[in-house]
Amino acid sequence: MTSALAPQKPERPNRPTDSEEDRPPTAGLGDIGRRYLDQVRAGELGALPAVAGLVVLCVFFSLLRPVFLSNLNFANLLTQSAGSIAIAMGLVFVLLLGEIDLSAGYASGVCAAVLAILLTNHGWPWYGAVAAAMLTGAVIGLLIGTLVAKVGIPSFVVTLAAFLGFQGVVLILLKEGTNVSVKDPTILAIANDNLSPVLGWVLLAGCAVGYAVLQLRRSRDRLGRGLAGTPVALLAVRTGAVVVLGGAAVYLLNQERSRNVIVSSLKGVPIVVPVIGALLLLGTFTLQRTGFGLHIYAVGGSAEAARRAGISVAFIRTSAFVICSCLAAVGGIIAASRGNSVDPNTGGSNVLLLAVGSAVIGGTSLFGGRGRVVDAVLGGLVVAVIQNGMGLMGYSSGVKYAVTGSVLLVAAGVDAMSRRRSAQR
Amino acid sequence: MTETPTLELRGIDKSFGPVQVLHDIALSAHAGEVTALVGDNGAGKSTLVKCIGGIHPIDAGDYLFDGRPVHVHSPRDAAALGVEIVYQDLALCDNLDIVQNMFLGREKRRGLVLDDSTMEEMAAATLRGLSVRTVKSLRQKVSSLSGGQRQTVAIAKAVLWNSKLVVLDEPTAALGVAQTAQVLELVRRLADNGLAVVLISHNMNDVFAVSDRIAALHLGRMAAQVKASEVTHAQVVELITSGRSGDLGPRTTPNGAAV
Repeated sequence: MTSALAPQKPERPNRPTDSEEDRPPTAGLGDIGRRYLDQVRAGELGALPAVAGLVVLCVFFSLLRPVFLSNLNFANLLTQSAGSIAIAMGLVFVLLLGEIDLSAGYASGVCAAVLAILLTNHGWPWYGAVAAAMLTGAVIGLLIGTLVAKVGIPSFVVTLAAFLGFQGVVLILLKEGTNVSVKDPTILAIANDNLSPVLGWVLLAGCAVGYAVLQLRRSRDRLGRGLAGTPVALLAVRTGAVVVLGGAAVYLLNQERSRNVIVSSLKGVPIVVPVIGALLLLGTFTLQRTGFGLHIYAVGGSAEAARRAGISVAFIRTSAFVICSCLAAVGGIIAASRGNSVDPNTGGSNVLLLAVGSAVIGGTSLFGGRGRVVDAVLGGLVVAVIQNGMGLMGYSSGVKYAVTGSVLLVAAGVDAMSRRRSAQR
Repeated sequence: MTETPTLELRGIDKSFGPVQVLHDIALSAHAGEVTALVGDNGAGKSTLVKCIGGIHPIDAGDYLFDGRPVHVHSPRDAAALGVEIVYQDLALCDNLDIVQNMFLGREKRRGLVLDDSTMEEMAAATLRGLSVRTVKSLRQKVSSLSGGQRQTVAIAKAVLWNSKLVVLDEPTAALGVAQTAQVLELVRRLADNGLAVVLISHNMNDVFAVSDRIAALHLGRMAAQVKASEVTHAQVVELITSGRSGDLGPRTTPNGAAV
């Protein structure tokens, strides 16, 4: 049959032989560094701007206001940022699809109001009230997701309407603006209590060992199959970084930070830290390791390609909004715990914008398809450092808002430019 | 034609409302051969491909696969038979890497978790089988690939699933000279590996470079299906433009009465 080949068959181009069996099973550290630089040059900045910004801001503020580095302030920074980080984590899922959820702030307010009313006015146990708050979040997400994915209203409009609507719902739930206090010790503990110093160390050790073992097993598996694995040196560097950074944080947080030790002792890792850590692990696992997560990236990259591959685009869209609103509920619970109460401003004013800012500053693209859950944490810390540091320097809220807004604009600009850069090829 | 063709279409009709797009089409594609499907714009190539791929149901006629009559109502039916179609716009996700794109929607899992290693192994084996050496790492994102490399990924994706028939819609339309040569080489290799390949192209050089048979459509009718070695360039162009060439093609003009 092949004898029927036409005579004009093209010459097979002779390719250089170096591309044959080109990949050594393990790349050296230098190779990985070079590949990373290439990525950065190609516009894949990843977490680089957020980490660099965080370091620069911390150095800047600690030089100008040494109190910025105090143990008390460090712990404050973490508890201040936790609520908005939780909301930002949820927003990452929605932003990955190229959508937006403007109602996440007030959704967290509605969930916090549900929590407080059930706890205080109806005497529910904390787990019942938390479950109800989470369920409220899930229903909100399902509603928004269905309107976006099935009805086809742009998410900007749906969530703008929901933004107004939920503001009203919070007011109605709270009887035109009364303040419902939260007295349940378990809920209050989330943002106000600390782990015992020993438990902090145990938790860190567990995380470091777990991280090292998982990475090593994965690399072994890949090398065993002749695939390019991560070199052990890099694994050691990464694990070392986790141990050193985590160790420093736990050490600082385990120092006494009470102004008056006789009245009360205040030390240990705030409970919100492992809460956010657990959400980070769960979210990262979902996005990076499961088929569902991959499909979120696929829909964000090209909805048409995903549809042709047999992925239910409507299901993916709806579930991203459900996840977002559920994490907003978590943010609301943290806010209720931190404020000891819920009022009509919970989840209002700048909460949403700070959360969107956190995700974008961390490196999640507004155009969809690029972003990670850890971006929300890094960006959230940047935002918190700006707010906290400028507060210490005595600037008014007006200046703080203006600066935070500018940083968000810069981050969005970097996002747009890096997108153009990678589209040029 | 001694053996059974992988794909055999007989008397296919297809209308959209009052407009009949395909009239009594016969087409066969054999394993190990590249069958070029040529025709002017509007001749019905894309409609025919979508009928093969199950996107458009056929109105009348027989769809035989490996000699057995089958009914293809959806892309899923086509995929189950081993028919894969690479459309012109490729449908790749730029933000995913090569392996993820090749397995999109059909990922291998271990429990809840994606089995990345197995997928990468399978992808590597497929690309090796096609002697593809143009991609450096299977873990690079599709956004960093050239047009030819993207086409390669899309074709490899189609081959991954033990497919028997691969239909390529204008695979070289947007490519430069060197990349076109690479993709054509790949198309030839698909057939040499034992697949039946249907190649849609406007480019006569490409058609003569790789195909064993040429099927020419003219105004929704099959003008002729001939061996590439038995016709000249000029004859094929004539078949495309006027529906006949010498003693090739139907006796009467396609607009007149049937033969």
